[in-house]
Amino acid sequence: MGLDITWAVDWVRRSADVIAEHRVELIRLDRDIGDGDHGENLDRGFTAVVPKLDDLAAGSTPGDVLKLVAMTLISTVGGAAGPLYGTAYLKAAAAAGSESSLDGEAIAKILAAARDGIVSRGKAESGDKTMIDAWTPAVDAAAAAAASGADATAVLAAAADAAEAGAEATEPLIARKGRASYLGERSVGHRDPGAQSTALLLRAAADAASESTGA
Amino acid sequence: MKKIINDPKRVVEESVAGFGRAHADLVRVELEPVHVVRADAPIAGKVGLVSGGGSGHEPLHAGYVGFGMLDAAVPGAVFTSPTPDPILAATKAVDGGAGVLHIVKNYTGDVLNFETAAELAAMDGITVRAVVTDDDVAVKDSLYTAGRRGVAGTVLVEKIAGAAAERGDSLDEVADLAERVNANARSMGLALTACVVPHAGEPSFDLAEDEIEIGIGIHGEPGRERVGLEPADRLVDRLLEPILEDLPFGEGDRVLLFVNGMGGTPQVELYLAYRRADEVLRERGISVERSLVGNYITALEMQGMSITLLKLDDEMIELWDAPVQTAALRWGR
Repeated sequence: MGLDITWAVDWVRRSADVIAEHRVELIRLDRDIGDGDHGENLDRGFTAVVPKLDDLAAGSTPGDVLKLVAMTLISTVGGAAGPLYGTAYLKAAAAAGSESSLDGEAIAKILAAARDGIVSRGKAESGDKTMIDAWTPAVDAAAAAAASGADATAVLAAAADAAEAGAEATEPLIARKGRASYLGERSVGHRDPGAQSTALLLRAAADAASESTGA
Repeated sequence: MKKIINDPKRVVEESVAGFGRAHADLVRVELEPVHVVRADAPIAGKVGLVSGGGSGHEPLHAGYVGFGMLDAAVPGAVFTSPTPDPILAATKAVDGGAGVLHIVKNYTGDVLNFETAAELAAMDGITVRAVVTDDDVAVKDSLYTAGRRGVAGTVLVEKIAGAAAERGDSLDEVADLAERVNANARSMGLALTACVVPHAGEPSFDLAEDEIEIGIGIHGEPGRERVGLEPADRLVDRLLEPILEDLPFGEGDRVLLFVNGMGGTPQVELYLAYRRADEVLRERGISVERSLVGNYITALEMQGMSITLLKLDDEMIELWDAPVQTAALRWGR
């Protein structure tokens, strides 16, 4: 069973909730190796998306929802997270196209498009201690699950698990991009806040999927 | 945390609104989206200068909007770069047909948002060039970092490029000059205490009573090393040594010496530090031709300072001395 607009809208609402809930945790993680604005900025962005969901036209698709998220994040978040997440949702929206229902393969493609967008905007690679270190394992796990015939809900669950493990795995890394890179070796031992927020958002996507399909 | 604020989420908007009322002779303030524009902008045929970045660094950047310096400033949330839409709005507001120069501090978020805004402006037929400042010697630049940070040298770039635009230079001439100033400026800072970002409500990092952080940026982000507190002369030496080696600065050079406060350090200490810096430069046969001392690019209430040296040529001196009339820098007019 594919995922439709109901899932996409529920994902956004859950994202806003989970980011608000973890706002202070993300601020703390960012404070350790950056300047402490990550939780505040994402909270501002997702809080701004929620009321706009009511304005979606009848017959809107998941891709329309993703595009709405992209435009809102770009115009409200600021910092590095605004353009990076904004690009991710924009590329995801393009990959979703005008399909009204997304199967496991489509979800895997959307996640890959999002990751590629972040890589091209931020020019970071795996191991640089950035959100890419959560996105890439998530994309790989989603692709593997889709290839083995998993449905959309199972693909998102695999992506969320891998993103969480990836976020945890940023702790021993030396930061090479973004503000944390100025710390060099002193960034070791701290989890990357962008990888952590990625894990939270993908978990919200998976939770919304299992709710929508009753799995 | 004790601060003179109402709601942490409305700090920037309310502050910028107050700035607009206080300096209505110099600027006009737009709140949707937030940007500050020179009162007489756009000026036909003049290159427009736009800078911006996170709030909390006042008087940077809005304090430098006016005759002979910036045409517009775009304040983001505290310590967060602005989004592309206010940057685009500011760019459109100051375009007098001669193009617009974006002066961007090298922080990932600032660079990404200004790049996006420049792409949007180009679609509207506005020619934009960007100069990314990166004067901070505390950061070891390599392929594996985001590059050096743009810090206090940015103020000097804005003043000198602003004077060039005011005298009628073309966009390419103003941009090339801004790049030359940036290439000849080097800075290094230190913090005695952390600052408190309003929405975070707690200090940006933990520093013991007898510790200082060397090589800080302007966002309260930790620096590169932590040492015990030392007398002022030794602290000045710690900042100057890497600066002098880096360009390098040597005998016979003419420089502008800029001692900048981070917001929480009184002038008495900044001038005390200036005395030592000037002494060290004299000993090395470096001629201090111009100076600037005070809180010009800050990190909220952080105690600390940065030192910037700019290697001057005749044109830079002439443009530094040219009249400027802004809220935070004013002479000759």
